[in-house]
Amino acid sequence: MKDTTIKQVLDDQRTTIYKVDPEHPESESLPTLRTEELLLNMGPQHPSTHGVLKVVLELEGERLVKSTPVMGFLHRGVEKLAEDGTYHQFIPHTDRLDYVCAMYNNFAYCRAVEKLMNITVPDRAEYLRTIVAEVQRIIGHQFWLGTQALDIGAMTVFFYTFRDREILLDWFDELCGARLTTSWYRIGGVERDLTQALIQKLRQFLAYFPPKIDEYVVFLEKNRIWVARTKGVAVISAEDALSFGLSGPTLRGSGVDYDLRKYEPYSAYPKCEFSVPVGKNGDTYDRYWIRVQEMYESVKIIQQCLDQMQEGPVMADVPSVTLPPKERVFTNLESMIQQFKLFSQGFDAPPGEIYCGTEAHKGELGFYIVSTGGGKPYRLKIRAPSFIHMGAFDYMSRGYMIADAVTIFGTYDIVMGECDR
Amino acid sequence: MHSLAEKIQQEFPNGFVKAVEWRGDIAVIVKREFLHDIAKYVHDDPDMDCDYMVHVSSVDWPDDEERFEVVYEVYSIRKRHRIRLKTRVPESDCIVDSLTDLWKGADFMEREVYDMMGIRFRHHPDLRRILMPDDYTEGYPLRKDFPVQGKGWRDTFEFLSEAQ
Repeated sequence: MKDTTIKQVLDDQRTTIYKVDPEHPESESLPTLRTEELLLNMGPQHPSTHGVLKVVLELEGERLVKSTPVMGFLHRGVEKLAEDGTYHQFIPHTDRLDYVCAMYNNFAYCRAVEKLMNITVPDRAEYLRTIVAEVQRIIGHQFWLGTQALDIGAMTVFFYTFRDREILLDWFDELCGARLTTSWYRIGGVERDLTQALIQKLRQFLAYFPPKIDEYVVFLEKNRIWVARTKGVAVISAEDALSFGLSGPTLRGSGVDYDLRKYEPYSAYPKCEFSVPVGKNGDTYDRYWIRVQEMYESVKIIQQCLDQMQEGPVMADVPSVTLPPKERVFTNLESMIQQFKLFSQGFDAPPGEIYCGTEAHKGELGFYIVSTGGGKPYRLKIRAPSFIHMGAFDYMSRGYMIADAVTIFGTYDIVMGECDR
Repeated sequence: MHSLAEKIQQEFPNGFVKAVEWRGDIAVIVKREFLHDIAKYVHDDPDMDCDYMVHVSSVDWPDDEERFEVVYEVYSIRKRHRIRLKTRVPESDCIVDSLTDLWKGADFMEREVYDMMGIRFRHHPDLRRILMPDDYTEGYPLRKDFPVQGKGWRDTFEFLSEAQ
């Protein structure tokens, strides 16, 4: 067979398999090579699945025909555990949901309980919450950018983002004594105020960081492989993205500006000026671009919060619900009793049910809490963005090459701790 | 009553049971037979326009005659409102119509409800367990009669009782 004929056969075969061209139906009857569908198990142990995730890929050649995610390897029954503890006791569990961005999980959960208890958080606490949440967003996006680039093969960026992430993790360490499982937020406020030294360090970082983002961008956007592997990959239309319930940068990449920080403003966000970057094409590249832009926006938000923040209490003063200040617990009998009662019995929540969504860096992280009164939630449901994004994986990966599967996991920014709960 | 709930009541007087507004959340309780029709109305009607599925959840009320509650929360990106649709199903016949034809994302969310609470969804394209293993036979973990420490071979573990 001449070279041209082989090429023609291969081309025709591709059209029959992936898209039967209606104008050339005869291509199906061409002499074809022997084809066979191949079933490939990707995972549960695979470096690019960001945790323990298995996907059964049905392949035609190197193209994905169907992919079935098999999840639950990291299922720990967090929702069941929530029913067995008090509201305060659940805060450390939320750290272990999305374990690279614990602060935002704490934030989302505390906000939900505050909505249930109808507590207003003092101004300074709102600013502190916003600052730390945005620092966490930067960490989340740095982590994502580094690992996504690593998955695609651009190893250098990983070292740069992790170098800068380390500064912020050390900052967290100084803030609350932990780098990843932070549990710094409390129902009604935050655990402690920022010290002057911490504010100083954060300001230094804000001056240092934006040029570093430019650096990451240069590494990637001048890299032809990166552009080729992200542009036009895993395209999803706005309509489909909404129908699948995608949120966060994954949805905004398709051109929907749904961001709870703007749609249902909370905390100190309404007092800050920032824009929500929105993509056009709905491909992996747009979602990458959005996350990079969000890092610049986060820097702006933190800067404004630091400038606007006034002195004041960092915890709401509702003794039946919120914890007393730590120094009073050690010196004052009533405060000690209050602390003891809150941790052993919890507070009495009114019967009712609420849903409260928060814009975490992965998407809408929501808590649906049903209370029948008493100190424990009757039912607590976590709306985890990673889980819902995995629902669209099959749809978004069809027709792409097997190597793109890795890119598509990455573009959701999934973390299995949150996905499997 | 909130205007959105009123609209649902006017449109479906037979399917509407009750509407509750608490802490700014609107919850509409509907009859199971009408769930799909009402959801379709909420999805398609230009005034409702709820194109975004937030979450599907379930609550177990073991003392009630209709034991399980299925909760759908939908949001409208354009109108910026949120509605929670709830329906009750008895344990003997715990099946509701799937909403996967309206919101594609309901696929995984309904599978999770099936996995955790054992509520089945009619016309669901792929109703299998999702978080628990496929061969898991020890029941549905989020039901209230399922012990926190687990069932099956976990019963052989020695747990310290509170008295110890």
